[in-house]
Amino acid sequence: MTSLEAVWRIESARIVGALTRYTGGDLELAEDVAQEAVAEALVSWPRDGEPANPVGWLLNTARRRAIDSFRRRAARDERYALLASEDTDGGDGHLWDPDRIDDDVLALMFVACHPVLSPEARVALTLRTVGGLSTEEIARAFLVPVATIQARVTRAKKTIAAARVPFEVPPQADRKERLGGVLSVLYVIFTEGSTATTGDSLLRTDLAYEAVRLARTLAALLPGEPEVFGLIALCELTTARFPARTGPDGSAILLEDQDRRRWDRSAIRRGLAALAQATAAGRGLGPYGLQAAIAAGHATAASVAETDWERIVLLYEALGRVAPSPIVELNRAVAVAMASGPGPALLLVDELVAQDRLPGSYLLPSVRGELLSRLGRTAEARAELELAARLCGNARERAVLVRKAAALS
Amino acid sequence: MAKYMLIMRNSDESLAKMMDASFDDMLETVGRFNDELIKAGVLVAAEGLEDAAQSVVVDHTGDTPVVTDGPYGETKELFGGFYILDVASKEEAVEWAKRIPAFPGSKTEIRRVPGIDEFPQDNEWIKKERAWREQTGQL
Repeated sequence: MTSLEAVWRIESARIVGALTRYTGGDLELAEDVAQEAVAEALVSWPRDGEPANPVGWLLNTARRRAIDSFRRRAARDERYALLASEDTDGGDGHLWDPDRIDDDVLALMFVACHPVLSPEARVALTLRTVGGLSTEEIARAFLVPVATIQARVTRAKKTIAAARVPFEVPPQADRKERLGGVLSVLYVIFTEGSTATTGDSLLRTDLAYEAVRLARTLAALLPGEPEVFGLIALCELTTARFPARTGPDGSAILLEDQDRRRWDRSAIRRGLAALAQATAAGRGLGPYGLQAAIAAGHATAASVAETDWERIVLLYEALGRVAPSPIVELNRAVAVAMASGPGPALLLVDELVAQDRLPGSYLLPSVRGELLSRLGRTAEARAELELAARLCGNARERAVLVRKAAALS
Repeated sequence: MAKYMLIMRNSDESLAKMMDASFDDMLETVGRFNDELIKAGVLVAAEGLEDAAQSVVVDHTGDTPVVTDGPYGETKELFGGFYILDVASKEEAVEWAKRIPAFPGSKTEIRRVPGIDEFPQDNEWIKKERAWREQTGQL
């Protein structure tokens, strides 16, 4: 990482946020001129030395590019004519207003996660504009071609402009719903990093940590929102298991087989503290808070046997009510198996199969195979595990399933 | 992600400037910087040390340790406090270090903090340390 890359990583959200406000809410122009400033820095910093105030340098360079653009557009758009004329005085145009910068970053988050965008576009635009990741980095993280991400980001910015999405923190009436949208984007980024669905590596930790970083920023800028703390708690408690989740050869190690001494204790401590914050609001935990409470149940148990499975079943039931999903039902079945045995759990899983609630998912046959195996129905168990292995997209997890199926013959 | 310690080292010059500065201003400036670290999601821990005049030095030069009062005489740079940051690279740690509200004459050293995972896990002392970290929730 060069010092320019380090500055960009720390400041990109604030630079793009300030420029978006400055350009009257034109995210596309703001991002373009910010990228032009970075390109200019790539040439001039090594040649002339790094400026004393790198952020100021980037902002001013971007601002000059924006003014050029206002002038070019002034002939056909009054709005830009006004912006161009305002800026002939050589002032800084209130570009860097310390009292507004936090709101600019928040507004940027809300715009990047706006419901007019497709879920994939929200993820790409958030990582690009708020996280400051390059198109190449995002493409590498999601294992898709650079051109795909490029097109996704460009299209997203054009959609924001076409839908005339205002550059603002949503008014109170829409806040809860829109915040839910932001949290779900951060969670998608996190889960892609913590349970890589494709490829031959189980974890893409950089991506997971990126989501944690953005969630911490959100919590600091928008205090008093329990679900933001719920999400942070869930992420911290999940990352705590990273050191124990893969073997030396990169293969997956299941929760029950993990060496719990290898769990990251400081991440657990931070996760429990965030969960306490979410609980302290006294409004009852939301979907992220409930998942965090489940993760906390594991994080504080010395072993699988000593886990309070009854409580985990209750938490899954609560989660199923506030955020119904077949995956939650499947996880509840796993917890039921631990609390009351494989028999009652299989009834729940068979219900999911009968309703075809998880078509094409390797998780359902994988859990079903496990339960059948514990019930001694070996042949059926092996068939289910083999089916799961065929459906699984992650090479490391597939290897575990193949091994389990083979062990049954 | 990696943990880096930003070690703040004072000199006579910077300490003299610190003495002249208003305490309220200092709280405000340092508080703002800390807030930036929190908002960026990188702050893990930070501590500042009491005046070095209150310190005691144990010198291991001879066969038996010699204890003296006050800061180590010949040292031009006195350790004054630290930050531990969770960042993506050494360069990012350096970039944050540049922004520390520091008095002229002081220096900040950046050192990576290795995790316990980097030590041999079968060593019994490392196992013991792990158990202690587990019980106390240490970093």
